[in-house]
Amino acid sequence: MAERPAHNYTGFLGWVEDRFPMMETWQAHLAGYYAPKNFNFWYFFGSLAMLVLVIQIVSGLFLAFHYKPDTALAFASVEYIMRDVPGGWFIRYMHSTGASAFFIVVYLHMFRALIYGSYKGKRELIWLIGMAIYLALMATAFMGYLLPWGQMSYWGAQVIINLFNTIPVIGEGLSTWIRGDFVLGDATLNRFFALHFFLPSLVLPALVFVHIVALHAVGSNNPDGVEIKQGPKGNRWSDTAPSDGIPFHPYYSVKDILGVVVFLIGFFAILFFMPEGGGYFLEQPNFEPANAMKTPLHIAPVWYFTPFYTVLRAIPDPFLGTLAMFGAIAVLFVLPWIDRNPMKSWRYRNTAHKINLLLFAAVFFVLGWMGVEAVTPAFKELGTRMTQIYFIFFVVLWIHSTPAKAKYVMWFGILLAGVVAYDMMFRYIPGDAEATSQMLIQFIWPVAYLALTLLLPAFKASCNAEKPVPDRVTG
Amino acid sequence: MKKLIVSVMFALSATLLTTTAIANTDTVALEHANVDISNKASLQRGVKYYANYCMGCHSLAYSRYNRIATDLDLTNEQVVKNLIFTRNADGEPENPGALMKNAMSPKHSAEWFGAPPPDLTLEARVRSPDWIYSYLKAFYLDPTRPMGVNNTVFPNVGMPHVLWELQGLQEKHCTKEGEGAHAVEHCEMKVVKQGSMTPMEYDQMARDITNFLAYVGEPAQNTRKGYGIAVLLFLSLFAVVAYFLKKEYWKDVH
Repeated sequence: MAERPAHNYTGFLGWVEDRFPMMETWQAHLAGYYAPKNFNFWYFFGSLAMLVLVIQIVSGLFLAFHYKPDTALAFASVEYIMRDVPGGWFIRYMHSTGASAFFIVVYLHMFRALIYGSYKGKRELIWLIGMAIYLALMATAFMGYLLPWGQMSYWGAQVIINLFNTIPVIGEGLSTWIRGDFVLGDATLNRFFALHFFLPSLVLPALVFVHIVALHAVGSNNPDGVEIKQGPKGNRWSDTAPSDGIPFHPYYSVKDILGVVVFLIGFFAILFFMPEGGGYFLEQPNFEPANAMKTPLHIAPVWYFTPFYTVLRAIPDPFLGTLAMFGAIAVLFVLPWIDRNPMKSWRYRNTAHKINLLLFAAVFFVLGWMGVEAVTPAFKELGTRMTQIYFIFFVVLWIHSTPAKAKYVMWFGILLAGVVAYDMMFRYIPGDAEATSQMLIQFIWPVAYLALTLLLPAFKASCNAEKPVPDRVTG
Repeated sequence: MKKLIVSVMFALSATLLTTTAIANTDTVALEHANVDISNKASLQRGVKYYANYCMGCHSLAYSRYNRIATDLDLTNEQVVKNLIFTRNADGEPENPGALMKNAMSPKHSAEWFGAPPPDLTLEARVRSPDWIYSYLKAFYLDPTRPMGVNNTVFPNVGMPHVLWELQGLQEKHCTKEGEGAHAVEHCEMKVVKQGSMTPMEYDQMARDITNFLAYVGEPAQNTRKGYGIAVLLFLSLFAVVAYFLKKEYWKDVH
């Protein structure tokens, strides 16, 4: 083991430092960690995600003091918390609002990575660990949603666990293994409670820790996508630190305080004045105890899962739908290898790439919206079209990796032909006039998407032009 | 070309939105309950009506008598005397700290009504206050139903019209306009037997019961808004301080 660096701390700090690298860690990750000086609005969401994780762990712990993971008692114990436990309603709303806030913050954090290419430049592992965090978060949220044992808890979990039934051969056995019983019941509730406690208190903090260790080893990206470590050295605080870097503490700690306060204003405004979040954070049917004999009129998962739920419903075959749903998440893992353009930030990439990212965000939003709506022919078709665009996005992203050499018109033809071939082979049902007319009308979406992302840069040179990346960060 | 695409997209989204709007109108329009859970007199009347007309069948099993006493400015004696009609396992009158259960057996009531009458503690959160208010006013005579009444808000409900002596009895008269698939039905209620209350008095009573159920669905509603104002005021001040703190620190970053 290498010698630890000498230190000048005296007194108590010195005593501790001889025995534990407290100030060394503080230096390495806060006071002596040089972050690019040009972080903008989008860079608040990393620290906010950690704040929400702490809110969830602390409020969850207090809830666990009073909650009973028993199908006969669970629902009443939540109402007991809401009525009889002093301040219980506040703790419970912290937790329920926090769950939705977590996903809002994480989705914005991920979109930041997308627009500034934060998964590039030896940052692929940061992205992969981040995706593991996202998976753990979704698993935690899914299991937590069963705990109040309301109608939506029960039927939402029923739908999702039954998806495993669609897997050939092992499906039935797998879903029975997950439930711990042949039906969704006490065994399921009890283990979901245990896992809902285990994942966020042990697994999530460990993953967040490695996420940050990897980030601090490589260094943060920034809105310009400039590697500050490759730029000139020397700043006011250190001769060896990057000139474009500033110490995380105090500069970004005071800035993040402002971010935290503004976030909390929104968070508490919802918590105190509209804790049900318009029926999206706490769904109305979940105020009715779970009843295995009574299916709700329409089952919609909580809003943060609805984009993937729409992907599931877009494919009529249950097993293929399940595959597509998990595929929609899995494809995000390989994002760093799909987008091979060496330029990181969208600031300097071509207009078509910017349009592609904005449309992807819009498509994700519409997928989420379709997931909470009941299925009508128009909505069904819209959900399917958005699912197609969701997957095509990754191909277009790959094509935009080399804009100077890209054969845009050819790819436009191939992808559009792919959509048509898919529609004709798997979706067209002769005789179903309404579905066919919807299919034809809403064919406009993939056409418009591909035209904006592939034809526009092909025929308008200014939309395909990349700008030179500056040597130093701007602003 | 670009303009054409944009206009086509707008036209399409407009069509999509109208289709949804039409798809959502197949439910009965609800009347506004205009509940005000800070109106304690109304809540006190509401709990009185609830105990006398509803609670025999519909428990409030997540709520306690003494919590209602505290929130509605009632004494424990008033609660024991006016609201508690049940006895505990020892045969003693239920104490004020007990949950507001009733003596109805779920098994028997399922035989009588088709399904046991649901607990209503959270009814206002499941259905909305407007739904409860409209439901209480929407019973009409229907000889095809076992209880002799039906309900426009909750078609084919198993519940009898418990408040008929107060509201009176109404009949539903419908007229059809147009033909075939485009026919539009207009229905109105006609009172055929006067109740002991005027329509205005009955509306007020329905509103009081609704108000009480809106309160009992979430007893913390009134206090949480008070805390909310204090918290947001504090955070707004903090935001100003945090802004200037950030500005002060960052003045030497160029």
